[in-house]
Amino acid sequence: MRDDLHHARPSSPVEDRVAALESLLVDKGILDPTAIEAVVEHYEHTVGPMNGAKVVARAWIDHAYRERLLTDATAAIAELGFSGPEGDHMVVLENTPEVHNVVVCTLCSCYPWPVLGLPPNWYKSPPYRSRMVREPRVLLTEMGCIVPEECEIRVWDSSAEIRYLVLPIRPAGSDSLSEDALAERVTRDAMIGVARL
Amino acid sequence: MRTADWREEAFFEPTVPRSNGAAVFDAPWQPRALALAVLSVEAAGCSWDDFRRHLITAIGEDDGRQYWDSWVTALGAFVAESGLVA
Repeated sequence: MRDDLHHARPSSPVEDRVAALESLLVDKGILDPTAIEAVVEHYEHTVGPMNGAKVVARAWIDHAYRERLLTDATAAIAELGFSGPEGDHMVVLENTPEVHNVVVCTLCSCYPWPVLGLPPNWYKSPPYRSRMVREPRVLLTEMGCIVPEECEIRVWDSSAEIRYLVLPIRPAGSDSLSEDALAERVTRDAMIGVARL
Repeated sequence: MRTADWREEAFFEPTVPRSNGAAVFDAPWQPRALALAVLSVEAAGCSWDDFRRHLITAIGEDDGRQYWDSWVTALGAFVAESGLVA
């Protein structure tokens, strides 16, 4: 039915469907076209994993913030000005030498938008969603994330209301870095738990 | 190395979130579908979970379907159920 190779065609049925829904909602006066543009712009260009990286960097340098983050992540993240859809019930998972945390959404694509932006394609793919539960160590290794044998892997399913953010272990040798420089070291994948820093 | 399952090119993208990370859309209608969902949920006075329920159903119906196609199916179902356009 689908014809992905056919990029040249004018519009696909799904594209038409979106356009029809948009027209319907706008024509009925339910949605404001300006607001639609603003939201598109926001999610295409503004929201991204940099917010999460700032949260992580702050937690690395500020012990009191780290405690607040681990106790009430939603509030601690809001302190830095980050909140919104898919960010209401945040829990931060602290990686340690003994425990490596990794996040999946087995049923759909739940993901903490305010701190990580929108989920990458692989996060939403059926193989990631099923295999991360079934064989996390194998899959992590395939993804280039080597977790030491003695380190326990904990897989967290975001399919409840909770959205998770992994707090990676601060890289060795980063003692002299500023908060901003630390934030640049934090990767999106490390905050999902599919990479280690 | 990578298994054939990882058909998504995004798997190889750079991951340092210096700016906004990788593109998460591969066609312009996708961010529009996202925006319509976000704003419709707000307009209907619903919680995001009300949309998510439809998304889970749509994905569950056909897990081989492209993600954003399922999203649009969920959006249609949400709008119908919400009574927004009744």
